Amino acid sequence: MNPQDLIESVTSRFPDAVSSSHVFRADATVVVTPEGLLAVARFLKEDPELALNFLMDLSAVDYSAFGQGHARGLFASSGVAVAPSFLIPDLDPWPGPPGERFAVVYHFFSGTQRHRLRLVVPVPETRAAVESLTPLWPAANWLEREVWDMFGIRFEGHPDLKRILMYDGFEGHPLRKDYPVAKRQPLIGPQN
Amino acid sequence: MTDTRPFETQSAETQPAEARPVETQVFEYTPGAPTELELDADDPLHGEILKLNMGPQHPATHGVLRLKIELDGETIRDCYPDVGYLHRGKEKTCESLGWRKFFPHTDRMDYVQPLMNNCAYAMALENLAGVEVPGRAQELRVLLMELSRIMAHLIYLGTTAIDLGAVTMFFFTFTEREKIYTLLDAYTGHRMNNTYVRLGGVYADVDEDVAREIRAWIDTFPAKIDEFEQMLTGNRIWYDRNKDVGILTTEECQAWSLTGPILRASGSEWDQRKALPYSGYEEYEFDVPVGTIGDSYDRYLVRIEEMRQSVNICRQALDRLGKSRGGDYLLEDRRYVLPPKQRVHESMEELIFQFKVVTDMRLPKGEAYTGIESSKGELGFFVASDGTSEPLRCHVRAPGLMNVQVIPLLAKGRLLSDMMAIIGSLDFVMGEVDR
Repeated sequence: MNPQDLIESVTSRFPDAVSSSHVFRADATVVVTPEGLLAVARFLKEDPELALNFLMDLSAVDYSAFGQGHARGLFASSGVAVAPSFLIPDLDPWPGPPGERFAVVYHFFSGTQRHRLRLVVPVPETRAAVESLTPLWPAANWLEREVWDMFGIRFEGHPDLKRILMYDGFEGHPLRKDYPVAKRQPLIGPQN
Repeated sequence: MTDTRPFETQSAETQPAEARPVETQVFEYTPGAPTELELDADDPLHGEILKLNMGPQHPATHGVLRLKIELDGETIRDCYPDVGYLHRGKEKTCESLGWRKFFPHTDRMDYVQPLMNNCAYAMALENLAGVEVPGRAQELRVLLMELSRIMAHLIYLGTTAIDLGAVTMFFFTFTEREKIYTLLDAYTGHRMNNTYVRLGGVYADVDEDVAREIRAWIDTFPAKIDEFEQMLTGNRIWYDRNKDVGILTTEECQAWSLTGPILRASGSEWDQRKALPYSGYEEYEFDVPVGTIGDSYDRYLVRIEEMRQSVNICRQALDRLGKSRGGDYLLEDRRYVLPPKQRVHESMEELIFQFKVVTDMRLPKGEAYTGIESSKGELGFFVASDGTSEPLRCHVRAPGLMNVQVIPLLAKGRLLSDMMAIIGSLDFVMGEVDR
């Protein structure tokens, strides 16, 4: 199924849950509200035409520093006039971040239909929680634990939401943009 | 006068190297009937749970994986994998380094197949940038990816065999792997951690002599695979240790996001190189081996056959490289790709371009996901850019993480000794699991 048809079949079924959608670099992306996530995911898995039976990847993005990556400033004071060739316009532009601070990004994949679909769930900082997909895909277990560990986004209904890569005594969530790269913490040994 | 005759006769004696047929013994087997374990009810210690820490420094865990195992006698009651001992914060590192400087770090994720990680990362960036790679660069990448696949499968074969007691196999496979390393040393300049792939192609073209050496090695390798099979496929111990251990059905693989050889061993014909081709894989002829019941033994057979198919693909890639000699191996796009060094010395504009690419390379705003068929399953990179030179997000979809997650499912109710076969046949590398 081509990306436009994929988006169409999801949006026609869930007009309330889908807030926007786009195709970027031939990848179909559907932005879904946190409330509608579980219903949409179940539909994606069980609909015979979509048959997105693999939850290939689950991660999150922190948009709080979007567009603020400091330009290195090497040319600012040197007076060298450089026309950077990245001013070439993008013929297939990306519509922009979904609006909230975080977005949980799901990549679904169909082994039979050979297509992929990206589901983006914007999550506000004040209520950083989405429904867990572990009832549908047990593989979501560790992936959601990793997102909790790295971003501090809760997954409601997760059977065992705890840190996975960092240790129990670790404070903060390292992949948030406000966590400094060079910050150090005492390493606390594992507890049995 | 020295007589050279003895040497001649000696070499004449070693000449007749007739290809010996592979002697494989066919064992009877009943599909779908795992052997039931019988607990000794009279055992006085029966029912008393022993908590065992396997790892993080256990030689059979292929890195630093810690398994908390609850044992009843020798039977595994429960198992809790604990990962993260090798977590180095690669995804965070990418955000501070920039897109180009992250390439060496991808090598150090799945360190038994660094070039495969390079290619996957480069392809994700190319997808996000919206650029096409020249044909010769794709052929070079296919050659390198298939050599990496062979290397990774040789590691699987050697380490799993030594865990299950077949020490000789370890030396046999590592000898072959060392030969690939020597080839890659001549080719890329490094034995390991090659960092050879770039956004838009590869760093340098293949040398003619190196290509000949790779072909010479490829011609000898199928006989070595036969030798491995002679030692293991019909080996009673290997068969008994692996057969009916760690059975995963296709449905379970889907539920647990398991791809690659594990999915194929369960009977599914899914191979991304065939189904969703990338890097021009649609033009190569190869078969996709599938298993029947999805146990450790099937996974072994699938990987053995995959090595044979990889040899085929390597040969075809070398043929194609012979035809496309002199073609572009790196994209000419000064937004993302460094100019050739010679031109930097001659032209001021090229010097500026080099400076800009090194210090301030920006990808367009957007998000892209690219997954490739690595030796362990789908290796995916999810990259998000905000249009500045600092990456917004780089997430690695590590197949190994999924493979480790499924260990408790397979280990429960099995003997402790089966754990070695399960861990070995799931084939993960902790550098990739923990990132």
